[in-house]
Amino acid sequence: MGKPTNITAEYGLNPGDPLPQLAGHVSHGRFERVLRAGHFAITTEIAPPDSADPDEILKRAHLFDGYVDAINATDGSGAHCHMSSLAVCAILTRIGYSPVIQVSCRDRNRIAIQGDVLGAAALGVTNLLCLTGDDVSAGDHPEAKPVFDLDSISLLQTVRTLRDEQRFLSGRALDTSPSLFMGATINPFVPPVENRVDQLAKKIEAGADFIQSQYCFDLDLLKSFMAQAVDLGLTERRFILIGVGVLASARTAQWLRDNVPGVHIPDTIIHRLDAAKDPKQEGRNICVELMQQIKEINGISGIHVMAYRQEKYVADVVKRSGVLGTRQPWAPEQMETSIGTVS
Amino acid sequence: MYRARLWSVRHSRGLEIIYNAVNPALLSILRGINKIFGRHLDRPVTALEAMTKGFLFDCQMCGDCILSKTGMSCPMNCPKTIRNGPCGGVRENGMCEVKPDMRCVWVEAWNGAARMKDGGAIKDIQFAVDYRDSGSSAWLRLARNG
Repeated sequence: MGKPTNITAEYGLNPGDPLPQLAGHVSHGRFERVLRAGHFAITTEIAPPDSADPDEILKRAHLFDGYVDAINATDGSGAHCHMSSLAVCAILTRIGYSPVIQVSCRDRNRIAIQGDVLGAAALGVTNLLCLTGDDVSAGDHPEAKPVFDLDSISLLQTVRTLRDEQRFLSGRALDTSPSLFMGATINPFVPPVENRVDQLAKKIEAGADFIQSQYCFDLDLLKSFMAQAVDLGLTERRFILIGVGVLASARTAQWLRDNVPGVHIPDTIIHRLDAAKDPKQEGRNICVELMQQIKEINGISGIHVMAYRQEKYVADVVKRSGVLGTRQPWAPEQMETSIGTVS
Repeated sequence: MYRARLWSVRHSRGLEIIYNAVNPALLSILRGINKIFGRHLDRPVTALEAMTKGFLFDCQMCGDCILSKTGMSCPMNCPKTIRNGPCGGVRENGMCEVKPDMRCVWVEAWNGAARMKDGGAIKDIQFAVDYRDSGSSAWLRLARNG
């Protein structure tokens, strides 16, 4: 729960402090406030560094200042080892950023996950994305033991149990429950396309408050998916953010399509990149156009920009797309922030 | 067996009819056995279940069988043992992202469920399995608890 309002009014808020939780909200985070206020939201993601240096994270987050409402910190994405999502989020909350902790089921069982969920909330994290996770065979430690004790939907139910029933799965009571805005993922672009909306319905039933999708490069598929979701009433009170990507070249696009599970890129996009004089620029143009068109589709609450190794262009594509209108997302006032490197 | 597994999903409607017809009888026989022999016949019963379901579905004996709710496609054959699938990594041709030579068990499951009368049960949320039941007989568990 947030601090009493009178103290806030008297002393003002340190950006690292939690905001007071509003009525009808499940978290005290800024991201939930933006969505529930009906704004079109932008999220992006940080690839956690292969480093023990906290300043590396702040440098990366700084690139998004003023253009995003929340920053996902990936959890060993592609089954590659990086700094943990929990640590990245904890460092971001110190400055006042609104991170989304990603929790994958690949590396931890239900005991570890529940502990991390409580820990994340204690460290000021207010948003959590539940994923099943890539298999270990996709990464650089294929010899590791895959856990998969839970799947994404069981994970949603687990976090909901902690939050709403104030207890562990075992039934043991919590003194304070974690106030978390819960997210899940969807990929409407791969088989079984006709059942993907059922999967969305299941995730919402399991407790998802917001949804972030895989890369969307195919508007026709998205439109039919969203029409089904709206028909089923899934977009009321739940917030769907559609993923977009910044492609650097036709070769990158081809590589993504062939090597990253679940990425669907139509040939037209690849041809367009191939024919462009400046493919990098064209990749950003494609992203901008997609964002503008996605915003027009009924039932969509925001966009999730994934720009792996193109992070410096996120601000540019968001700005050019104009999807934020005149709204400027929160940013820390100054970025001389260093919380000290470890020595 | 992989080919038998695919056959079972293609014939999910028929298997559903057989399951619905046979299941009550099977459970009462197992209850009878349980009454007379207690736990003494658990091993042969478990072995029989593992053999038949192993052949038809590549059953992994998770001990918490939900085949009738997953289009007769066993979710424990998913490399991530997802109980509420599919994941977002399914290949464009419907094959598994982890094992490119295997059909995604959840693409199969939704196909199988579409053929079944009570296929809508695939939309029920399944919580993660109780790992302690792994290797035990789901039939006996149903007979004893049902």
